[in-house]
Amino acid sequence: MTTLAETLVYYFSFPFVRYAMIVGILIALCSSLLGVTLVLKRFSYIGDGLSHVAFGAIAVATVLNLSNQTLLVLPVTVLAAVLLLKNGNRLRIRGDAAIAMLSVGALAFGYLLLNLFSKSGNISGDVCSTLFGATSILTLSKADVWISAVLSVSVIVIFTLFYHKIFAVTFDETFAKASGVRTELYNLMIAVIIAVIIVLSMNLVGSLLISALVIFPALSAMRVFRTFRAVTVFSAVLSVVCAAAGLLISILASTPVGSTIVAMDVAAFLVCLLIGRLKGVSA
Amino acid sequence: MTTLIRCNDLSLGYEGDVILSGLSFDVCKGDYLYIVGENGSGKTTLMKTLLGLLSPMKGQILFDASLSRSDIGYLPQQTAIQRDFPASVREIVLSGFENRRAPLPFYSKSEKKTAQENMRRMDILDLSGRCYRDLSGGQQQRVLLARALCAAKSILLLDEPVAGLDPLVTQEMYQLIEGLNREGMTIIMVSHDVGAAMRYATHILHIGKHVFFGTRDEYENSAAGRAFLLAEGGDTDDNAR
Repeated sequence: MTTLAETLVYYFSFPFVRYAMIVGILIALCSSLLGVTLVLKRFSYIGDGLSHVAFGAIAVATVLNLSNQTLLVLPVTVLAAVLLLKNGNRLRIRGDAAIAMLSVGALAFGYLLLNLFSKSGNISGDVCSTLFGATSILTLSKADVWISAVLSVSVIVIFTLFYHKIFAVTFDETFAKASGVRTELYNLMIAVIIAVIIVLSMNLVGSLLISALVIFPALSAMRVFRTFRAVTVFSAVLSVVCAAAGLLISILASTPVGSTIVAMDVAAFLVCLLIGRLKGVSA
Repeated sequence: MTTLIRCNDLSLGYEGDVILSGLSFDVCKGDYLYIVGENGSGKTTLMKTLLGLLSPMKGQILFDASLSRSDIGYLPQQTAIQRDFPASVREIVLSGFENRRAPLPFYSKSEKKTAQENMRRMDILDLSGRCYRDLSGGQQQRVLLARALCAAKSILLLDEPVAGLDPLVTQEMYQLIEGLNREGMTIIMVSHDVGAAMRYATHILHIGKHVFFGTRDEYENSAAGRAFLLAEGGDTDDNAR
C-alpha cells in the first residue's frame, strides 16, 4: 500500500496531473447536472449528435492550425445545439433524422478534412485521441485549464440559479408555458449549456464517449432515488467519484483516461441497478 | 358580476386551417363553465388559445384589467414524460410558482406556506414526500391541481381532468373542483362528460357543428343541447341524481 501511496504522491507532484484532476472533476460535475433533463426530455441523442459536430469542428481547427481549438469548437457546437433544438421542437418526427444526418455528416467531413490536409504524420493517432479522449486531459495547456475551469464553474452556477426553472420546463413544458414561464428562453439555455458541456467533455473522454458521461450518472441515480433533487445531487456525486477513480486508475495503470472513466460509470450503473431492484424502485 | 374573459368572434385553428369560427362568449367571476363538444370539434384548440399557447386566427380575447394570463391556473392532460419522472409531490406543487419568481435556488417561506396550504386543500399533504410516479391516477391529478392553484389566483382551466380515472375517484375529483368553485374560483373545464356538465356547470359552451353558449338551463332546453344529451350523456346524468 505504501508503494501505491508513494506512486500517487510522486504523480501528483507534476502540475499537469493536478490540473487534470481538478479539471476532470469539474467537468464530471457539470456534465452530470443536465443528464436528468436530457434523459427525461428524450434529448439523449442530441448530446450524441453534438459530440460529432464538435469532432468536425476540431478537425477544422486542426487543419487551420489554431492554437486554441476551443475558441472555434465552442461557438460551432453552441450554434448546432440551438439549431437542433429549434428544429426538434418544430418537427418532432423529423428531428432525430436531422440529428443523425448532422452528426454522421460532421463525423465524415471531419475525418476527410484531417486526411486531406493534416500535416501530422500520425493521422489515425490524432483521430483516435479526438474520438476517445486518449490522454488529452493530461496534455492540457494552461489556457485550456483556465477555459475549462471557467466554463465548468459558469455551468454549475447557472444550473444552481435556474434549477427550479429547469425542473419546471422539464417536468411539464406545456404547463410552464401556459402559466407564463418563458420556456423558449430556458430551452435555449439548456441547449447552450449542453453544447458547453459537450465541448468540455471532449477533453476528458473524447467525442464518442461523451454521451456516457452525461447519461450514465443520471440513469444510475434514477434507479435509486425518487425526487428530482436527490437524483440531481446523487448523479453529480456519482459522476465526480467515477471520474476521480477513473483518472487515478488510468494514471496508475496507464489505461486510456476516457474509457476508464466510462467503465467506472457503467460499473456504478450496474451497482445502482442492483440496489434499485433490491429497494423495489420501478425501473 | 365582473366579466373576466370576453371572447369576440374568435376563429381558431392551426396553420391556416380554420377549425372553429364565429365564437363569442364571456366568462364571469365565479362561473363554472363547461366546454363540451364532439371529438375533433376544437375543444383543446380553444383551451390552448385561451392560455396563449396559440393565437386566434381572427377575433380577440379580452381579459379584465385585474387579470393577467399568468393568473390562470392550468391542469393539462398528463404526458408520457411524467410517468417515469423522479419528482416528489412537494417539488411538483412548488413548481407552480415558477411563473412569478426570480431564478433563485430556494423557495421563500410564503411560497412554501402557500404550497402547504394548497396540498392541504387537495388532501395530499401526507403524500408531499412521495414520488409522483408511485401515486395513483387520482392522486396524481390532485398533485397537478395543487400546482395549478399555486400558479393561479382566480381562474382554473382544466383539460379533461377525469380522463382515465375510475368512477369513484372521478366523483371525488368533481367534488374537489366544485368545492374550489364554491370558494370563489372561476372554473373552465373541457370535458366529454355532458352528464357532469349538467350537474355542475353554471354555463355551457358547446362547440362543433352547432355552437351554443348560455346557462345550463338554457342549454338543456336548446336544440343543440337536447340532441347532444340524448346522444351522449343521458344515462350518466340519471345515475347521479
